[in-house]
Amino acid sequence: MASEPTAAAPPVDSTNHGLRVVVAWLVLSAIATPLVAIYVGPLIPPGNGSVQAQGQVFDNQVMTSLMTPVLCLMAVFFAYGLIKFHARRSEAVLDGPPLRNDARVQLLWIVITSTMVLFLAGFGTYELLKDGAGGGQGPNPIALPAGHQSAFQVQVIGQQWQFTYRYPSFGGLESNELYLPENTLVELHVTSLDVIHSFWAYELGVKADANPGVDNVAYVTTKGPLTFHVRCAELCGLWHGYMYNNGYVVSDAQFHSWAAQQMRLYASIKPFMDKPASQGGAPYALSYFPAPGGGPPQVRAG
Amino acid sequence: MRVGVKLLLVVVAVTAAGVLIGFYVSNLTTLAGSPAYSVPVSGTPSHPVVYLKIQTVPAVGPKLSQNPDWVSYLILTKSGWKRETVWNLPANATVHVTDYNFDSASGLRNPYLARPQGIVGNRVLIDGKPADHIDPNSASHTFAVPALGIIVAFPGVAANAKNQCGAAPCTLAMAHTTTQFVFHTTTPGHFRWQCFVPCAAGWIFGNGGPMQTIGYMDGFLNVKA
Repeated sequence: MASEPTAAAPPVDSTNHGLRVVVAWLVLSAIATPLVAIYVGPLIPPGNGSVQAQGQVFDNQVMTSLMTPVLCLMAVFFAYGLIKFHARRSEAVLDGPPLRNDARVQLLWIVITSTMVLFLAGFGTYELLKDGAGGGQGPNPIALPAGHQSAFQVQVIGQQWQFTYRYPSFGGLESNELYLPENTLVELHVTSLDVIHSFWAYELGVKADANPGVDNVAYVTTKGPLTFHVRCAELCGLWHGYMYNNGYVVSDAQFHSWAAQQMRLYASIKPFMDKPASQGGAPYALSYFPAPGGGPPQVRAG
Repeated sequence: MRVGVKLLLVVVAVTAAGVLIGFYVSNLTTLAGSPAYSVPVSGTPSHPVVYLKIQTVPAVGPKLSQNPDWVSYLILTKSGWKRETVWNLPANATVHVTDYNFDSASGLRNPYLARPQGIVGNRVLIDGKPADHIDPNSASHTFAVPALGIIVAFPGVAANAKNQCGAAPCTLAMAHTTTQFVFHTTTPGHFRWQCFVPCAAGWIFGNGGPMQTIGYMDGFLNVKA
């Protein structure tokens, strides 16, 4: 009597695959993380055009460096699995061993990911509250950089489809060019005369929504001379894609020379700009602060 | 079907779609295929001179548009006034512009734009008189080329003026204001122009319809070598 054929049991694999993956991951991370931190991080936008932009580069550098070991783990795990566990054409397709719960792995996973997420939340909050990180903070900013009381004010006015800029400390001078003095803390008051725009001064690391009737305050500290790009970052109609121009950070002397030239050109229209909105003047104040309960905007005291 | 063939087909399809989208975007951004009017050039090849005659009308009328009540720019061509707003101009040229405005005032949202800028002398002639600004509330339309820094506001026809033009074609015998100015084109480029007065009556913020449609209150200057 012939016996029933039995399936051959798969050979027992005594290799410690987990240890191999961990070792490979540690080696790869130890090499890749410093390289990314040193060489890739500083190349991440928006550059070093302002103190806030520099801060953003640092933030990106930290996050990219933290992300590198995670990516390395995924890459190692994926590559190891592909190489080690793929079935060859000549091999029969067999069901793998059952997956079982491993409390240690789960605990480790939860602890590591929670730590990383909490660290990033804390780090991001600290960086944001330090000086606003160049973002619009609304009418009542809470992330106030040191010396904000004496910041140089510029009002950014969006309308379909151009930004113009007002300089309260130069008699309300308005220009369609944005000039800023170097090494200066600038307080930007961003608003709109029609729909929602977004003021994005890329190299300065500034982005603030321009909402009609809202004074959105953002801070930026300029550094050395720089030509930067200004774009609208909120889809605002037909010419949204053309709503861009250049801005300039210049020396104090150049800035005052430019302002004096602009003041001469501005003189003819100034009387109309100084009228209150109810008499056909500019529908916004030098610094836009809507009056409580509506009514015309008010000039901020001081 | 083998996996390799499937992959190849996907790659070919994605590439073809990319090329078609590229052509579409390219066509859109350069407005290739849109009617572009080549403004006649006089002067010398090294110093080209262009005379651009335009008018702004309160309603374009049924002869020139399927949207007869839309406000619009028109340009004077050899075959009369046309509703074309993409204009070919030579580079480094002197452009003499005359605008006949038949529309009434609706006022500028930003009074700052009532000051002529980016043009020769930063002055205009309004009905023959030089001016370095207009009353922002009297503005009817603007001709603005932001990339070239050009902004010129046109004063509107008085509300009580006699013989006002209701819809194009408008003749110079009808109530109008005339604004003249000169600007220089730069090196070759593709520059949008627009009106800054929210003049699209009946649209939200006055900026819909004709203000958002090339061929009415917006266009391009195709500056060519």
